[in-house]
Amino acid sequence: MTLAIEVRHDAPLLDFCAELPEGKITALVGPSGSGKTSLLRAPARLLRPRHAQITLAGEVWDDGEHHLPTRQRPIGFVPQHYGLFPHLTALGNVETSLLAVPGPARRQRALECLDTAHVAECAGRLPRQLSGGQKQRVALARALARDPRLLLLDEPFSAVDRATRKSLYVELRQLHARQPTTMLLVTHDLDEAAQLASHLVLIDAGQTVQAGPTAEVLTRPHSETAARLLDIPNLFGGRLETHEERTRLCWGPHRLSMGRSVKGEGACRFAFLPQNVLLVRPDKPWGGHLENPLDGSATDVLVLGPEAVVWIEPAGLPGEILQMRLPTRALDRYKIVPGSPVQFSVRAADLIVFSNSQ
Amino acid sequence: MDWPAITLSLKLATATLAVLLPLALFAARQLARWQSAARPWVEGLLALPLVLPPTVIGYYLLVAMGGHSPLGRWFEQATGATLAFSFTGLVVASVVFNIPFAVQPMQRAFEAIDPEVLESAKCCGLSAWQSFTRIELPLAWPGILSAAVMTFAHTLGEFGVVLMVGGNIPGETQTVAIAIYDRVQSFDHGAAGAMSLALLLVSLATIAVSYGLADRLLKTRRT
Repeated sequence: MTLAIEVRHDAPLLDFCAELPEGKITALVGPSGSGKTSLLRAPARLLRPRHAQITLAGEVWDDGEHHLPTRQRPIGFVPQHYGLFPHLTALGNVETSLLAVPGPARRQRALECLDTAHVAECAGRLPRQLSGGQKQRVALARALARDPRLLLLDEPFSAVDRATRKSLYVELRQLHARQPTTMLLVTHDLDEAAQLASHLVLIDAGQTVQAGPTAEVLTRPHSETAARLLDIPNLFGGRLETHEERTRLCWGPHRLSMGRSVKGEGACRFAFLPQNVLLVRPDKPWGGHLENPLDGSATDVLVLGPEAVVWIEPAGLPGEILQMRLPTRALDRYKIVPGSPVQFSVRAADLIVFSNSQ
Repeated sequence: MDWPAITLSLKLATATLAVLLPLALFAARQLARWQSAARPWVEGLLALPLVLPPTVIGYYLLVAMGGHSPLGRWFEQATGATLAFSFTGLVVASVVFNIPFAVQPMQRAFEAIDPEVLESAKCCGLSAWQSFTRIELPLAWPGILSAAVMTFAHTLGEFGVVLMVGGNIPGETQTVAIAIYDRVQSFDHGAAGAMSLALLLVSLATIAVSYGLADRLLKTRRT
């Protein structure tokens, strides 16, 4: 049971093919201009691509030649700026998507939807009398009113403040738990995708870079492009050497152990996440239990509330700066300041090697 | 006051509105959504009455309605009367020279509707007709009303085209603007002054209403 999307288009350039799980939230993530909004519009036929093949759980919406009109598709759509009908109240907006329902039942259903979206008190207000968060909730209530089988959300949280956004995340998750509609969420915010989506599709230049469960995509990029799109700062060049069936990663003067699945020889690119750089406590000696222990010196420190970022130059690798994330209290406890010597390690399993060596 | 001329002007303005408004509404909505290289040319053609001297438009209309033209001959065969120098001819001329006054405010009003709103209407399951009547018309109505007011007032005040196409036949083609000219020619400044004041007040009210509606349109857009 999947949503299968195959879209090809020239302007904007799209060459996309993916199968997305039904009943789950899937995030389409990519930089500005990557074509994610255009892709989102294709299942609603708001974009008319050169080629479209779209099916939801076996029901064909587009088959290359035949296309189901937008109004006949069981979809809900929340555009970036909500697209509320400015001359209608919140209740009128929701009722408009229920025209197929007879009068009294329509009003009842619309009120229920507003209640579900926590904006029942705004029923009589016009869109211009609503806050950003309230508009977003009304748009969501309107989109859900028709019991859509596919809900399309185009950066729906981009126009609200941080606090409202956080509460909307919680509400959307709760709503999805009660009503597990297939949702397609466009966002450029990886944190938003991580908090809401169980699946993630990374897009660049209209093409899929990587797709899969969110946690996996966020922590195990399959390519250097994916790592860049995921904003992983620790991306370096090295060399793989295999000796007696054990492959090691040569990084300057260092020989790093690799997971057993990594095989190959020659130049490669590799990455590791800042949160996977482990601080070795100065009061604890080096031991055999540590994987890939390294020395270095802190070049800069940035405190971001309870978390801190430390930039480290590893010994023997002048000019190569990596990032480590750690709790701010550890920073204070071990007195890490710019210029301090730092000992750290990167577990073999956390090293991600790209290019043709994997 | 020349009441027959005033009555004729009101009758002409009403007939013009009845014919032009539905046509202009359709044209304005189509133009607002039309993406084509030919669009500026079509828009330019519809706006010509704004820049051409009324005598030029009047001349071409007179030629088009004359007994030697296909339209004039067809009308004469069908009704037994000439199209030029008749009330019907005046209505045709009035419709043509009012096209920009009717189309442009409505086109701007349709263009001002946020595309996201129209896409949302589609995704809410609305048909094209439902979207037009329930979403587009209510949002564009200040523009439609403004177009109606401008067309009505402009018809009352038009002089050059009416004189060229209709001449000056009392009770048939003599409108209030021509009646004023006629009174001045015959040194009846009292009647000319009274009718001029009436036209002035109507024009002022028209512009005020038009600006008020434009303001309302802007406020409606602020979501």
